Parts: sequence; structure tokens; C-alpha cells
Amino acid sequence: MATYDFLFDGLGLRDWCDAGKTGDAPLSMADLLAKGGAATDTPWWEFPFPSLDALNEACGRIAQSRDMTKAVEDGFLAIKDVLRFVLDPMTQPLSWILEFALLVFEAAPWWVMFPILMAVVYIATKSVRLIGFVTACIAFLAFIDHYGFAMQTLAIIFVCAFLCVLFGVPIGIAMSRSDRMQRMTIPVLDMLQTLPPFVYLIPLIFLFSVTEPKLYGIAIILYAIVPVIRLTDLGIRLVDRDVIEAADSFGMTDRQKLFGVQIPLALPNIMAGVNQTIMMSLAMVVIASLVSAPGLGVLVLRGIRNLELGVGLISGLGIVLLAIVLDRVTKAALDRVNAARKV
Amino acid sequence: MTGNVKIAIRSLYKIFGHDPQAALEHVRAGVSKTDLLERYGHVLGLHDINVEMRESDITVIMGLSGSGKSTLIRHLNRLIEPTSGEVEVDGEDVLAYGEERLRMLRRESMSMVFQKFALLPHRTVAENAGTTLQVRGVRQRDYLKDAGAWLERVGLGGYENHYPHQLSGGMQQRVGIARALTSNSPIMLMDEAFSALDPLIRTDMQDLLLELQKELHKTIVFITHDLDEALKLADRLVILKDGYIVQQGEPQHILLNPNDPYIEDFVSDINRARVLRVRSIMTPLNSGDLPRDAHGEVDINDTLENTIARSGGDTSHSYIVTRDGTPVGVLEMTNLVKALVPRVATEAGARKY
Ligand SMILES: Nc1ncnc2c1ncn2[C@@H]1O[C@H](COP(=O)(O)OP(=O)(O)OP(=O)(O)O)[C@@H](O)[C@H]1O
Ligand SMILES: [Mg+2]
Repeated sequence: MATYDFLFDGLGLRDWCDAGKTGDAPLSMADLLAKGGAATDTPWWEFPFPSLDALNEACGRIAQSRDMTKAVEDGFLAIKDVLRFVLDPMTQPLSWILEFALLVFEAAPWWVMFPILMAVVYIATKSVRLIGFVTACIAFLAFIDHYGFAMQTLAIIFVCAFLCVLFGVPIGIAMSRSDRMQRMTIPVLDMLQTLPPFVYLIPLIFLFSVTEPKLYGIAIILYAIVPVIRLTDLGIRLVDRDVIEAADSFGMTDRQKLFGVQIPLALPNIMAGVNQTIMMSLAMVVIASLVSAPGLGVLVLRGIRNLELGVGLISGLGIVLLAIVLDRVTKAALDRVNAARKV
Repeated sequence: MTGNVKIAIRSLYKIFGHDPQAALEHVRAGVSKTDLLERYGHVLGLHDINVEMRESDITVIMGLSGSGKSTLIRHLNRLIEPTSGEVEVDGEDVLAYGEERLRMLRRESMSMVFQKFALLPHRTVAENAGTTLQVRGVRQRDYLKDAGAWLERVGLGGYENHYPHQLSGGMQQRVGIARALTSNSPIMLMDEAFSALDPLIRTDMQDLLLELQKELHKTIVFITHDLDEALKLADRLVILKDGYIVQQGEPQHILLNPNDPYIEDFVSDINRARVLRVRSIMTPLNSGDLPRDAHGEVDINDTLENTIARSGGDTSHSYIVTRDGTPVGVLEMTNLVKALVPRVATEAGARKY
């Protein structure tokens, strides 16, 4: 006797239920347990919620919840081949770029890499103090023999953040120009931002083989592209209406307006988005070590798996240092942009 | 000044809302602005506007906040599309223009100066001033040269490489004016261009504009809510209220013959002696008969203030009015004194006693 028998009896569906009963419906764990003891009357406070499993007990025609899980899996597996057929070639370049970047960052000797990094910092920030700070941080990582791992992490971040900007800024611009586009995109962005990072590793693992760099590349890009899109859209929408009107009154074309007015005036916001994007890439590249992303995250993972406390803590420190370096440099670049255009 | 008609606006209506055409029918049927808003949820921006603006004139459009001044001036370069009506520039129907032709008009024929300056913060003063040429595809070296010359002309020589945020409000608006002048367009639209400036700077800027105008003879459409400013600059004055024109004409004429209580209110606390000129109140000369007892000559464009100073306050005096040295009229000081009293004041007095 199941709790919800009365429901199906009351609705006159008993025949329909019984007709569908094959007799050997797979038993759920609860069934097995229930079989052990004699069927006792359930006390009223244990009255179960009408869930799929509870209903299934009363009527075999109702699916069990594990059937649902299975259906989702089957559905995904069914479209997997098609998806893969489309996505695989499309995303192949990402693997090449990542492999190439990793190769370059690892192959370049440290005495070449240091000046290059210093030059990049100088171009971005024009701050000698910051160059000193960045050099000290990287030198420290090199001193404790984490240089190679740090460079792998940096290589992945460079590639992914660059691609985020490359795709994110145009998407943001498109959003800022059309309210419809904005309405359609925002739910997707919300979803990308709220999904826990582990969750979207799952379908990716089925789609691509775990050994391919593009697997973690896609995960990082999906996760980190959100802020640059949002802030580009916001930045352009926030551009002073009077200035836009002035631009129109001088007969600027849409193109002139976009590149001459909107993007330059939105630049502080776009840069803030780039800063966040880079920080989120770093967060994700650590998690992505679960799916074979090289770098400092691998050490963290080793620390957790083998309970090597020291390894985990030191590599964690390395990640913190990298985070500070990336944050300081992008913030300083942002400040430099802001300083040139106070209201 | 009577140049050709440069800009003509005919029966222009602008209604804001989701179905302006339907609302227009109501307006044509006589529904008032407040009713239109309350009953039909539409805002009547402009109501049957007819104005002609002459070449080389400064036409001032005046009205209180919300009277539709900005809306009107934005119809001239179609930053706002009318609900119905005609806008002609140089005899051409602007509303018939396609996108490309409209852009030409904005680039070559009209330039605009804004209340909030609307400079580009990331570009230097010279680059800002050159924007109007840059959009036409002029090379940077060339437009910077032109921009530099105009900056010099508005008193900003040496500031070319500063950024707007490094300048005071008055200086920023000079950049705005230089930017409009750099375009070399015959028409200048100025939407409350001086309203954000403090009174002293404002007077400076008005003087600058008049001085430039003496050389350049542009067709200027100037918007203000300040009567003193309007009277100082206007060759022709258009007074707006709630989206319709209350009165338009020569400023002196409006001052002496206000046709609406709204305007009387406006003009009642103005310093009339400083604004009115001899020409507006003199008696034109009939051939030959110069009065023998005249106390001297005054120029036709003198202000009444100057004339009072000349007479030492004696109301029995009369003067011969001259233009370029030739007598054209007679001014009785008694007429002058009468003109100093606004009609509202006299009528109010008459009613009281
Ligand atoms: N886009 C719009 N939508 C709805 N109503 C509008 C719009 N633009 C202007 N209006 C209305 O039109 C009227 C005239 O506005 P306008 O900006 O032309 O006034 P103004 O004379 O320039 O005032 P101010 O001196 O404050 O600048 C106002 O009642 C305003 O509310
Ligand atoms: Mg206005």
C-alpha cells in the first residue's frame, strides 16, 4: 500500500496505472528497503511530498526520478555527436593557440621573459615602481622553483583573457546598440556567472577529450568573458547623452561615433571589465587543473590529493602573488586611462 | 538688417508619445497642452511654429524652462523629427533629405554649441576644436592648424594641448565655440550656450559672440531663458511659451508693445533705459522741418541711458536724431520718460486710482 494510492483511486486512474504495470519495473532503493520490513502504516508526520518516486510507488506509470536523470543523460549523449561534429573543428584553433602559447612561455629562457614582462608592464602602466614590484614577485616564484608553473598559468591566462576581450567587446557593443539583443543576452550571462565552475566542466568533458587544451580553454573563456561583456555594454550605455548628441550634430557616421566617441568614453568601464575578466581567468585556470590544465593549479591539486600540505600552500601563495601582480597592473593601467579624462 | 530668409519653419508640430499622429488630430481640433497630457498621455512639444530666420541675423529664441526651445532648435538639424510641418534651409526642404544629404547639412551648413559644452574628455582642446573638420575626413595636420587659429581667435591661444578638464567652464565653452567656428558653416545653433556660466564670464562671452559676429556675419540661432541676454544679442526675438510662439519681432518693438501678459511679466523688471534705443522711440523727421530749440544731436543707436545722461535729467530737452551724421528724427525727452515705464505698471496704476 503506497501513500498516494487514494489519489489515483480517487481520480479513477487505477486501471490505467495497473494496465501499464509490467511487474518488473526496476526497484528503487527505497523499494528495496521497504521490502525488508512489513508494510507498516506511516505516521502522519512522515507523510511524503508527492515526488516522482512517491507517486511511482502508487502508480507504476509515473516515472521514477532516476528515469529523468537517465533521460537527460541519454538526450545529451544523443546530441553529443552532432554537437561535437560542429564544435570540434570550430574550437580546434583554440587548442593550437593554447599549445603554442604554452610552448613559447616555457621555451623562452627566463632572461628573455623577464625583460618582456617588464616592457609589457611599462607600456600598460608607465610606472617604474610597479615594474620593480612585478619583477620581484616573478623573481621570487623563480627562486622557489615555481617559475615554470607560473609561466604556464600566465600563458593560459594571456590567451584566454585576450580571446575574452576579442569576443566580449563586440558582443557588449552589440548589446549596447539593441535593447532586444540585451534582453536576450543577459539571461545567458547570468547563467554563465551563477553556474558553479565545476558544473560546466561536466558537459565539456563529454564533448571533448580531456587531453585537449581547448577543453579548459573553453571553460575559462565561458566563465571569464561575462564581466567584459557586461561592462562594455554598460560603459557604452553610460556615455553622456549630450556628447552623443553633439557627435550627431556634427554629422558623425555610426562608425565615427563608435570609434571616436563611444568606445573611448566607455574605456574606463571596459578596462574595469578586462581587470575582472583576468582575475576570473586566474580563478578558473586553477580549477581547470582538474581537466588537465597545466600550471600552478596542478600543484594545488597534488596538495589536496596526496595531502602534501607544503606543496599546496606554497603553490597557493604563488597563485596569490600572480593574482596581485595581474590585478595591480590592470588597475594601474585603468587609473592611467581615468587620469587622462576626469570629467 | 534684412538679409534673405535662411531658415524657414512652417506650421511645425512636435508631439511626444507613442502615437503622435493620432494626438496631432486632437491638437488640431483644439485640445490644450494640459488636456493632451491628462486625457491622451502625450506631451505637446511644439504647437504650430512659424518662424523665418534671416541670413546674418542673430535670432534669439526665448522662453521659460520647458517651453520647447531645445526641441525647436533640434528640428533645424533634425536631431528631432517633427510630427508635422516644414523646415527649409536655403530654400531646401530639410525633411526630404536622405541620410547622406542630412549628414552633409550637419557637417557643412550647421554647427552647434551646447549648454553643457559636450567636449570629448579624451581629446585635447585643439583636437576637440577640430572635430567638426575631422568628421569630414580632413587630415589631422590640417584640422589642427585651423582649430589652432580659431582657438587663438576666441582667446585660447596656448591651450591647444590641454585637456578639457584642465579648463574652467568659460574656457571650455570657448572651445565649444571654436569647434563650431572651425567647421566654417554659415549657420550656428546655440542652445543655452552661456547658461552654465557665471554672470561675469557670461557677459564676456556675449561680447565675444557679438564681436565675432561683426566680422563673420553668420546666421545664428541662439536660445536663452534670460531676457537681458536675449535683448543684448537679438536682431530678432522669438518668445515661446508652452510650445507655441507668443510674439516675435524686433526686440525693441516687443519691449514697447508686448502683446501678452506673459511677455509683460517678462519685460516688467528689465532695465529699459539700458536696452531701449533712440530709434525705437524717436519721431521720424518729416522733410526739412528741424526743430530750432534742439539741445544737440544723439545717434539713432544710442541707448536711452546715454541720452538721459546727456540731458542731465531735464525732461524739457529735445534732440535731433542722426544716422551717420544726417538728421533722421526728433527725440522729445518727455517721450523718452514715458517709454521708460512699462505698460503693465501704468495700467496697474490706472486701475488702482
Ligand atoms: N523625449 C521627450 N519625450 C517626452 N517629452 C519631451 C521630450 N523632450 C522634451 N519633452 C517635453 O517637451 C517640452 C519642451 O522641452 P524642451 O527641452 O524643448 O524645453 P526647453 O525650453 O529647452 O527647456 P529648458 O530651458 O529647461 O532646456 C517639455 O515639456 C518636455 O517635458
Ligand atoms: Mg533646453
